[in-house]
Amino acid sequence: MADEALFLLLHNEMVSGVYKSAEQGEVENGRCITKLENMGFRVGQGLIERFTKDTARFKDELDIMKFICKDFWTTVFKKQIDNLRTNHQGIYVLQDNKFRLLTQMSSGKQYLEHASKYLAFTCGLIRGGLSNLGIKSIVTAEVSSMPACKFQVMIQKL
Amino acid sequence: MAVCVAVIAKENYPLYIRSTPMENELKFHYMVHTSLDVVDEKISAMGKALVDQRELYLGLLYPTEDYKVYGYVTNSKVKFVMVVDSSNTALRDNEIRSMFRKLHNSYTDVMCNPFYNPGDRIQSRAFDNMVTSMMIQVC
Repeated sequence: MADEALFLLLHNEMVSGVYKSAEQGEVENGRCITKLENMGFRVGQGLIERFTKDTARFKDELDIMKFICKDFWTTVFKKQIDNLRTNHQGIYVLQDNKFRLLTQMSSGKQYLEHASKYLAFTCGLIRGGLSNLGIKSIVTAEVSSMPACKFQVMIQKL
Repeated sequence: MAVCVAVIAKENYPLYIRSTPMENELKFHYMVHTSLDVVDEKISAMGKALVDQRELYLGLLYPTEDYKVYGYVTNSKVKFVMVVDSSNTALRDNEIRSMFRKLHNSYTDVMCNPFYNPGDRIQSRAFDNMVTSMMIQVC
């Protein structure tokens, strides 16, 4: 479907655009990743508002995480999260075995260190969605083998 | 139609509040403020099946001698409060629900506006027009 490719291509351009316009030393100290993550944050807030307009109210945190894994992920990436694990103390690990934004890159070790740039926006997306639902969190991502990746969500209890 | 419409953020400060200009505005501000307690009570009524836990529309919060106050909570904990005239008995539950749906749709549009920072006061003209259409008095 043409609309999937639109977001994929736009996202790739976004990442390379942010890195091209980075000033001296910004690449090393991670400010580009922060910019991408903040973009994702604002988008996540708006998206969640739209998606939860018609759904019922959420019972608890686990309910919200399940919503993110199923409905939210399906609407954005046309598939569900493959695995959700939790330690019931505020840490959730979302595993996606075939992450849409990484499938276009070769599945060997070649681009492993660059993969984190492409995950920053999605980390922000999750963080923005959760923050609008009332949950403060920190989201990090890791890639062990392309195109599978894991998002770790740490809920901050105030 | 509605006499006063308010949108309250999840930290319980008003994002948007408007009432018909003829009346004493402070009275409505106070009413909306007191209705927040009732809203919180309804949301946290765990196990007591007074309100269906999964619904967003909260229904009649409390009636006073002149006015009735209705509430609605979104999933992002933003509350909509609407005050209607008690003498207007023609207003049915369905109509109130549809008014809240319109409010929710407009609020979602405001949220998706890239120039709007979540947490600021709502200053969108489209939102204003929608609220005006709900508040036109037949008098």
